[in-house]
Amino acid sequence: MSTKLFTYNFIDTPIHRLSGLTKLIAFLFLTFAVMFSYDIRVVLLVMAFSLWVMRLAKIKFSQIRLMVIYVAVFLITNTVITFFFSPEEGVKIYGTRHEIFHIIGPYTLTVEQLFYQTTKLFKYASVIPLGICFLLTTNPSEFASALNGVGVHYKAAYAVSLTLRYFPDIQREYRNISLSQQARGLDISHKAKFTTRVKNALLIIIPLVFSTLDRIELISNAMDLRGFGKHRKRSWYSRKKFTKGDVFALVLSAAIFAGTICVSVFINHGRFYNPFI
Amino acid sequence: MSSESIIEFREFSFQYYTQARPTLHNIDLTIRKGEKILIVGPSGSGKSTLGHCLNGLIPFSYKGEIKGSLKIAGKETKELDIFQLSKMLGTVLQDPDGQFVGLTVFEDIAFALENDTIPLPEMKERVQKAAAMVDMESFGFSSPYELSGGQKQRTSLAGVLVDDVEILLFDEPLANLDPATGMAAIEIIDEIHRKTDKTIVIIEHRLEDVLHRDIDRVILMNDGRILADMDADTLMASSLLAENGIREPLYVTAMKYAGVEVTAEHCAGHIDTLKTDRIREALSAWNDAVEHPQVKPASEPLLAMENIHFSYDGEKRIINNVSFSLEKGELMAIVGRNGAGKSTLSRLISGFEKESSGTISYLGEDISGLTIKERAQKIGVVMQNPNQMISKPMIYDEVALGLRLRGVEEDEIKKRVEKVLEICGLAPFRKWPIAALSFGQRKRVTIASILALNPEVIILDEPTAGQDFRHYTQIMEFVKQINRLGVAIILITHDMHLMLEYATRAVVISGGEKIADARPSDVLTDSDVIERANLKETSLYRLSQMTGIADGTGFVQNFIDYDKKVRVHQ
Repeated sequence: MSTKLFTYNFIDTPIHRLSGLTKLIAFLFLTFAVMFSYDIRVVLLVMAFSLWVMRLAKIKFSQIRLMVIYVAVFLITNTVITFFFSPEEGVKIYGTRHEIFHIIGPYTLTVEQLFYQTTKLFKYASVIPLGICFLLTTNPSEFASALNGVGVHYKAAYAVSLTLRYFPDIQREYRNISLSQQARGLDISHKAKFTTRVKNALLIIIPLVFSTLDRIELISNAMDLRGFGKHRKRSWYSRKKFTKGDVFALVLSAAIFAGTICVSVFINHGRFYNPFI
Repeated sequence: MSSESIIEFREFSFQYYTQARPTLHNIDLTIRKGEKILIVGPSGSGKSTLGHCLNGLIPFSYKGEIKGSLKIAGKETKELDIFQLSKMLGTVLQDPDGQFVGLTVFEDIAFALENDTIPLPEMKERVQKAAAMVDMESFGFSSPYELSGGQKQRTSLAGVLVDDVEILLFDEPLANLDPATGMAAIEIIDEIHRKTDKTIVIIEHRLEDVLHRDIDRVILMNDGRILADMDADTLMASSLLAENGIREPLYVTAMKYAGVEVTAEHCAGHIDTLKTDRIREALSAWNDAVEHPQVKPASEPLLAMENIHFSYDGEKRIINNVSFSLEKGELMAIVGRNGAGKSTLSRLISGFEKESSGTISYLGEDISGLTIKERAQKIGVVMQNPNQMISKPMIYDEVALGLRLRGVEEDEIKKRVEKVLEICGLAPFRKWPIAALSFGQRKRVTIASILALNPEVIILDEPTAGQDFRHYTQIMEFVKQINRLGVAIILITHDMHLMLEYATRAVVISGGEKIADARPSDVLTDSDVIERANLKETSLYRLSQMTGIADGTGFVQNFIDYDKKVRVHQ
């Protein structure tokens, strides 16, 4: 269906072949790297890298279009709100003030603010391709087996896998309920007042919760009947062996993380890169 | 079959802690090794509770007080836990969708082995073997989304067979399956039974469908007690089925209509064994005597679909050039297998999806410009599961919701809601919380909440799914009553009884195309349509062929006409 946000889909690429755990650790390394650094050069490099990874995984734009739109809306809102609440943040950080033009009242656009906000925008934007890659190329059960492999209890690991597994189902259910409530006259457009919209959202969420609870009872019975939770350990049908590719991916992502820290410590002497002094 | 007993209930009673009265009373039942048993009973008869006692969900997940004794393979179940039980008795639950745990067929089959910490090489071998038993090896890496309902059920079966259990318990295996798939499911259960000689217990209320293959004994339950324990032939000769709200096979009903007094000597348990020479004359005489009702003149078309095409991605056609129309006050059915596109049609009509080309018109006017909300005032949609629609705690508020969202005055709302509650027989409950209602009553509430908007068409998606005969009849008689008020009804279903008994016309969809638009009696006797739409030939047609009645379709239509008259008199 056209409404799927993300679903795991198997194709044979180097990224798909990596173990789920490798992908999780690499994802965390790279995310920490860009979250830590406010150096736009580093951020852009990581972004280029993550786009390359996405290409390697043969992810098509049509698969992620909807998600990209959501993220874009979020980022733009975030940028506007940041400017609205602290228009002088950039000046505070970089210690200089180059005005471009005065807008209204306390709002003046400065080069510093523009630079600060651009950096921030790209920081967030560069995490997205990584997240998409992780979600689209990781088999949920294989990921659960990997989590279990590093010591996470298998019940917790399986809960994660089931969440990923049922995500598309819940999405479909959400859409159906939302449409049927719209048919009854529910307005979910942005025209309605905020309080009305919250109230209206409940009209969709309540049926969703109840039908999801039905589903949970069913699946937990099915699992009990097939011996889930009998022993303290379990084996995994979809476990992957750790390969050279995994080692390479881990070393590479660790190196990028270390590199980012080094840039901050030795070159920028702080988290911010300051081109104004 | 040996004489050794494998399941033994002795003065067994069970009461849920949450209930005031016991659900099972003094059950005494012995099932021998290698037997194939069918347990039938209406909803609330205790048959599912009995199943839960067998597989250990009681008391593992559902707590309550157990009295008496239940032994499986000589062991008292009170002393076993659910895991030990699962090694002796494997359960295939209804709704294969919800219990598909793995992401691929092989992984799902392996689930029980994984929990038993079986090493990977042995696991792969056993999974292969189990998949081969149900002919699913070639789908090993398919995800549940790519499988049909029947394939999912085969996978569930393999997931149980992989453990080499002695007893197989099927809990309503036919719910949610279309007729042809249901028939195939019964065949595969029979095949496993013959090949492996395992003991088989089937819990189901669709009696005729299960009797498609041999059954050693039928156990009839009601009100938590066992009322009958006999072979199918004797059961057909008794009046127990009708008295306990179980639908008897249609061919048996036809025999009774023809004045035949059914006895065990007729061997009516399975249609294949039926002794036809004794009933030939009676049936033929009855068939000639049935009066035909006057055909109503065609009224004007209310809703018309013309050359509708639809596709999500512009490539794969989900709906291909479908045209049909609905007359004012008509009650029609759209039938077809799961995934044939029948639900998509209803989504197109209600505006949930937009057709790629073609026109949908209402009273001659194109409605493509209308929003979902505007269309809902003319065409209401009731979803299959009432839990998907109910969002208010009180009945009155739920029915009033659509009107309130439209900003109707509170006085006017009160008038309309009261009237709808009256029509729907819900007036005495108006102050009740919805949580206190049964499934059928909730369904009524959802229909009422749509009716409050005064639509001229109501689309019902599988209105009777999972309901026993009594609730099925209650829901459908209510729908009929709404229909008599002049509201046209579209039933979306794969239930053959539903279309045979209630619809005057059926549009059959297969692979996104319309393959038939005719009376249900024509559809269910046309072997080509039956095969393409995963339907099943009605046993009435078979009966007519076996007794040498030339016009089989006419016979089926006669049955429908006669049956409607009998119903009116009741």
